[in-house]
Amino acid sequence: MSDVTRMTASEIAGLIKNGEVSAVEVTTAHLDRIATVDERVHAFLHVDREGALRAAEAVDRGEKSGPLAGVPIAVKDVMATKGVPTTAASKILEGWRPPYDATIVERLRDAGTVMLGKTNMDEFAMGSSTEYSAYGPTSNPWDLGRIPGGSGGGSAAALAAYEAPLAIGTDTGGSIRQPGAVTGTVGAKPTYGGTSRYGLIAFSSSLDTPGPCARTVADAALLHAAIGGHDVRDSTSIPQPVPDVVAAARLGADGDLSGVKLGLVKEFAGDGTEPGVRAAFQESVEALVKLGAEVVEVSCPHFTYALPAYYLIAPSECSSNLARFDGVRYGLRAGDDGARSLEEVMSLTREAGFGPEVKRRIIIGAYALSSGYYDAYYGQAQKVRTLITRDFQAAFERVDALISPTTPFVAFPFGSRTADPYQMYLADLFTIPTNLYGGPAISVPCGTSEGLPVGFQVMAPTMGDDRMYRVAAALESAVGTLTPPEL
Amino acid sequence: MSAISREEVAHLARLSRLAVTEEELDRFAGQLDVILQSVARVGEVTAEDIPPTSHSVPLTNVYRDDVVQPCLTPDEVLAGAPDQAEGRFRVPRILDEEE
Repeated sequence: MSDVTRMTASEIAGLIKNGEVSAVEVTTAHLDRIATVDERVHAFLHVDREGALRAAEAVDRGEKSGPLAGVPIAVKDVMATKGVPTTAASKILEGWRPPYDATIVERLRDAGTVMLGKTNMDEFAMGSSTEYSAYGPTSNPWDLGRIPGGSGGGSAAALAAYEAPLAIGTDTGGSIRQPGAVTGTVGAKPTYGGTSRYGLIAFSSSLDTPGPCARTVADAALLHAAIGGHDVRDSTSIPQPVPDVVAAARLGADGDLSGVKLGLVKEFAGDGTEPGVRAAFQESVEALVKLGAEVVEVSCPHFTYALPAYYLIAPSECSSNLARFDGVRYGLRAGDDGARSLEEVMSLTREAGFGPEVKRRIIIGAYALSSGYYDAYYGQAQKVRTLITRDFQAAFERVDALISPTTPFVAFPFGSRTADPYQMYLADLFTIPTNLYGGPAISVPCGTSEGLPVGFQVMAPTMGDDRMYRVAAALESAVGTLTPPEL
Repeated sequence: MSAISREEVAHLARLSRLAVTEEELDRFAGQLDVILQSVARVGEVTAEDIPPTSHSVPLTNVYRDDVVQPCLTPDEVLAGAPDQAEGRFRVPRILDEEE
């Protein structure tokens, strides 16, 4: 038998179903791989060996079935997992074991997937490099001296290092797609409301969207279908079925895009994209044209203001959401010497428990929401959000999907963007507009620049998730998947 | 002109219950100034008559049937608390004894 850690999720599920390999064997192979490489990659914050083997045994006993039964999966440490440590990569939640499962985790268990453990991330999903994790950064399997993207760098690196064939991410401003791009893997942000936020530790509630990470478009679609759909426990969950993303990925893999019209966003043309990224993107556009797609330029004039609007809206929501970490109900409590007041203990707890980027964003949010500044900052950003949504709606009257590079630059070396936080924010320049609009978008590998992966982004209309899978699968069929160097 | 002063950062940190250090205040004031000057660009957009968007899903007043569901036990809820007593979260003193 060839190495199961190199297989796709659908190949693994097929072998288990046919009895050619057991779920326990598959799980053990992945746990062994983690034991061999994760000291160098540091994709995982916690490996749940016993839990994984128990889940695999249940599949082998025939208690679970379905298209992903027995397939190992890595879950971003921002999703609550019952009895399994969940920290959001913050010291303030060190050692916390949630008393319940997130809806998505529950659906993964029902589908018979085997959770290997929890993956590293920027603290509370704020960052683009995992350098803001309180537990140390994750390395990019393509070059261990470079970042794996963020915030979901652990999930993406686990895929690229063959530690897991599937992973869960969350995308608030690009945290699934940008790590996918810089690790040469696939990451999809579903339509907002298409995947449940119940049990997802909130950063920016109007933007946070859980979604699938995989090494192929077809695998991402299978995972998307398994986790998506209405959840009564999330009041922003859309009460409609998820479009048939699996069929769309199959259709796209046939490599025929005749009749499909794609739009290049004019406003993304300048904006400091690295020449190598632009070249790989251009070649991919030409490949899509060869498959029959029509490509036109469209203008989305307000996209230029998406990054500023995002860095007012997301911190505002974060400063409110993170008020729950007060040292009372869970997590850290610092400075409680019996003499200090509740307020003093709260302030010392939050000071000790939060890292620098989280503190910066809480303060920016408090500023943008304070009286005197509210209208000029938060209020104005919400109006700009309306205009960005209208830009998307107008564009989708002309084209079926929008395309762009996922991120302006390939994986950068550690430490190169931490001194100036705004330089870090630029990593999400092309991914943020989608979050403000609420539509779906996917990143798929489209070649390399200077030996490092480049990502291609497809953005689709709200509840048009199937469209992006079709285009992404077609591109994958033309340019192929990427294989990182041996670790 | 700077968008935010060191004193303002200190004030906002206090409101946010963050006992930041002097060294952090020095560092954050400069960084936050760069960030706020950049994000202030939203002001360039003419948007007087544009309604704000707080959320992309057009749902309001989402109801469910009022049915009793299984829920966590008090022990499960308290299991992660830093301190507890008599089935409740225990907190440091809230009122100043001298007042």
